[in-house]
Amino acid sequence: MSRSDLPALTIADLQSLLRRKEVSPRQVLESLRARIESVEPKIDAYVSIDFEAALKEAETADVNLPLGGVPIAIKDIINVAGQPCTCGSKILAGYRSPYDATVIEKLRAAGAIPFGKTNMDEFAMGSSTENSSVKVTRNPWDVSRVPGGSSGGSAAAVAAGAAFGALGTDTGGSIRQPASLSGLVGLKPSYGRVSRFGVIAFASSLDQVGPLTKTVRDAAMIMSAMAGPDRHDSTSLPDPVPDYTKNLGRDLKGVRLGVPKEYRVEGIDPQVSAAVNAAIKQLESLGAEIVDVTLPHTDYGIAVYYFIATAEASANLARFDGVRYGYRAKDPKDLLDHYGRTREEGFGEEVKRRIILGTYVLSSGYYDAFYVRAQKVRQLIRQDFVKAFEKCDAIVSPTTPEPAFKLGERTTNPLAMYLADIFTNTANLAGICGISVPCGFAKENGSQLPIGLQILGKSLDETRILQIAHAYEQSTDWHKARSPIALDSK
Amino acid sequence: MNYVATIGLEVHVQLKTRSKMFCACAVEFGAAPNTRTCPICLGLPGALPAMNHEALRMTVLTGLMLDCDIAPVCKFDRKNYFYPDMPKNYQISQYDMPLCENGAVPLHDLAYPKDAQKNIGTPDKEVHLVRIHLEEDVAKSFHFETSTGIDFNRAGTPLMEIVTQPEISSPEEAFAFLTSLKQILIYGEVSDADMEKGQLRCDCNVSVRPQSQSELGAKIEIKNMNSISGVRRALAFEIQRQTVALGNGEKLQQETRGWDDAAGETFLMRTKESAHDYRYFPDPDLMPVKTEGLLPEARARVPELPKAKRARFVGQYQVTPYDAGVLADDVELARYFEAAAKGSKKPKNVANWILNDLQSALSSAGKTINDCPIPPDALDELVNLIDSGKISGKQGKEVFGEMFSTGKRAGAIVKDKAIEQVSDSGAIEKLVNEVIAANPKPAADFKAGNAASLNFLKGQVMKLSKGKANPQLAGEILEKKLKG
Ligand SMILES: [Zn+2]
Repeated sequence: MSRSDLPALTIADLQSLLRRKEVSPRQVLESLRARIESVEPKIDAYVSIDFEAALKEAETADVNLPLGGVPIAIKDIINVAGQPCTCGSKILAGYRSPYDATVIEKLRAAGAIPFGKTNMDEFAMGSSTENSSVKVTRNPWDVSRVPGGSSGGSAAAVAAGAAFGALGTDTGGSIRQPASLSGLVGLKPSYGRVSRFGVIAFASSLDQVGPLTKTVRDAAMIMSAMAGPDRHDSTSLPDPVPDYTKNLGRDLKGVRLGVPKEYRVEGIDPQVSAAVNAAIKQLESLGAEIVDVTLPHTDYGIAVYYFIATAEASANLARFDGVRYGYRAKDPKDLLDHYGRTREEGFGEEVKRRIILGTYVLSSGYYDAFYVRAQKVRQLIRQDFVKAFEKCDAIVSPTTPEPAFKLGERTTNPLAMYLADIFTNTANLAGICGISVPCGFAKENGSQLPIGLQILGKSLDETRILQIAHAYEQSTDWHKARSPIALDSK
Repeated sequence: MNYVATIGLEVHVQLKTRSKMFCACAVEFGAAPNTRTCPICLGLPGALPAMNHEALRMTVLTGLMLDCDIAPVCKFDRKNYFYPDMPKNYQISQYDMPLCENGAVPLHDLAYPKDAQKNIGTPDKEVHLVRIHLEEDVAKSFHFETSTGIDFNRAGTPLMEIVTQPEISSPEEAFAFLTSLKQILIYGEVSDADMEKGQLRCDCNVSVRPQSQSELGAKIEIKNMNSISGVRRALAFEIQRQTVALGNGEKLQQETRGWDDAAGETFLMRTKESAHDYRYFPDPDLMPVKTEGLLPEARARVPELPKAKRARFVGQYQVTPYDAGVLADDVELARYFEAAAKGSKKPKNVANWILNDLQSALSSAGKTINDCPIPPDALDELVNLIDSGKISGKQGKEVFGEMFSTGKRAGAIVKDKAIEQVSDSGAIEKLVNEVIAANPKPAADFKAGNAASLNFLKGQVMKLSKGKANPQLAGEILEKKLKG
């Protein structure tokens, strides 16, 4: 295989080459750099790259470690010591992390090389990566379309063959949705499975870090390296971490898959419905039993999500005030003017919209009606899943109602953007795990647009959804398809 | 018209944990600015708090010492407001579920200001508490000519907020409350509670109303006092100011005032036009903790409290209630006394030595009981030497001085200086015979009824013995000889 083809490899295949010493970690990085240089002008996936530091790490990389010598792209919401961390926001322009997030420490311990930061919707607020103050990332399957968001930079980089795998964060679908729109595997772990320490908080009770990869096996490999309890994150779960690759390859005999009747909603693209129905048939043919389940409080998901996520965000984002770091307004009249203008000038429209909404939700006189009630409904949504999982081992659905939309198409209609999360955000509210795996393509004006199948599992049941996703993936060719950008520009 | 004051206090107490409440930085007073900080206490992007369970235990311990009800679950909330000394622009605090509720602080007579101890309005008063909650301290701002510096060393220090019922009725009672509270906190080793170091801070709410009126007057908050006596003075000033204002027919309004210690007066800081909406909500970064698991250790750490100690000292060591009060006032002094008195035949005399000679020696040497050069058992040894007549009381004072300056034991000093008192009556009798023989006139005078001659003869015996004869014994033998 030629050096320039290296970045098209899966992590598992790259690892074999590295361990057989057919390539060195340095050669891997050099070919990745060439690849990024050629595709980046077309997709704008990265916001910063530190190849010099990465090359130094490559010199001493131990390829026998679980991810030894494997470069991983990191969403710019995760702190990597010495690298910029902007969260796609002007307010963090020029900020450099003085410390590694726990996930970065763990990836480093597993031999991975975090070499660059990927673009995102500002503070992870968005579903298209258009809300970035840095640049607009494009979908490698059709550069006139969005890659999804908020982890759109990570998705585009992997889909363009400009990363072997990447980390994203998922607060209401921000890993699964871009994975779906970009033809990738994206895993949102159960709440508390992966440490949030060092991950800039959007909504603390919903955020989780997870992988975006070309295959289910790659996602399992990254998860095995980065999951687990962390004394720096009191919301991390104490349970030991299994080897997530262990169950891959097991068949689906006796596995019960639930199809929620509430997910058969209007407004789903017919090509998406068809692809997902076909996928369910395929799973059945692999031995799974399909059962009907009900998630009666699904309709409230979006409202509850926006009350809770914005309330938490309004406090989480209060620290960005220009006092200690980041953007600072010029020549303030007084303290209030300093705060007001720093935040007015530093934050983008969507972020300000959500801070205002969250502030309102928590304000005295509205707190009980909005925040407290939303928490109660959140409990009902959680109960929905507990009950559904008594009847099935996992739940299948489309990841998103539609394939990738055009750049600019929804920027003026935030509500339409919010509705794109209907299948994904209840998993965050319930704290369960979910994965998106490619299940076909929609054809739009000559473009092939990826469609994703979502598989939701019980809390801490990542092993199970990885097993199901892997069985499905291996029985289809969808994951072998490569985006035009990935095929382009050798 | 008679006016009465109603006072409630909000006391902030820094806990003396080794590390901060949510990070591993050291809790340390006086370090160079911003040298005890990390991403967590600086509120850097992505940092998360991790609970210091010792802070929880200390707060529960405080609650147990003050007889509070302990909440079954410890939950933290975010209190949202913007200020440069707040790294996250929200403070992790407790809103609707404080760790401790109710409870009380008993006021001891000696806790009142010295000049007010003779005239205590309500002896044995207890001041009841509303709640004690735990929160993180904020950073400290330093205002310079054209800029403000922020030192984040203090940010994240565990801080208890103790809120009293509004049932303190005089500045002297407020003084006694703070002194008594401070004593208990030191007893429990939860805080050094030094107001000058900001380890204990106190805001006062005070209102004045005519005695005939049942409705409370306008609540006025006073801040910025940096000593317990400052609190007393500020309250006295404020009550006087409000009383005069009401007497002049003025209407007082709810407001916050600052205390200018140098000027000895309060000044208006702000009027409460709009209440701040702190938008409290449960902190999603911190899982609630069941206090059940903290209780056994906290219970085991509850010390004997000042009140119980005073009573025990009176019963066990027969010291006066006043002396017991002074001894128990300082837990270290009490500890010293107990160590010295434990094996003593005359613990009351030990107490006297501590309260008189030892304390004055310590204070003139600028020392505290913690660096006292005389170990407790050595003091008891000295007391024993005196009580058994081995040395005189006067010699005892000299030996004490020597012990204090050299750290030597009393026995060794007596031996070195050969000042041990001669109490052997045979030896003294020999001296007496010599003196009578050498001084026939005074001896005759005494026999003739001149009692003063005996003192002269006694002096001669002492002189002959080089001061070592037991003077009492010498007197007795002389008298017996001359009369016999
Ligand atoms: Zn710290």
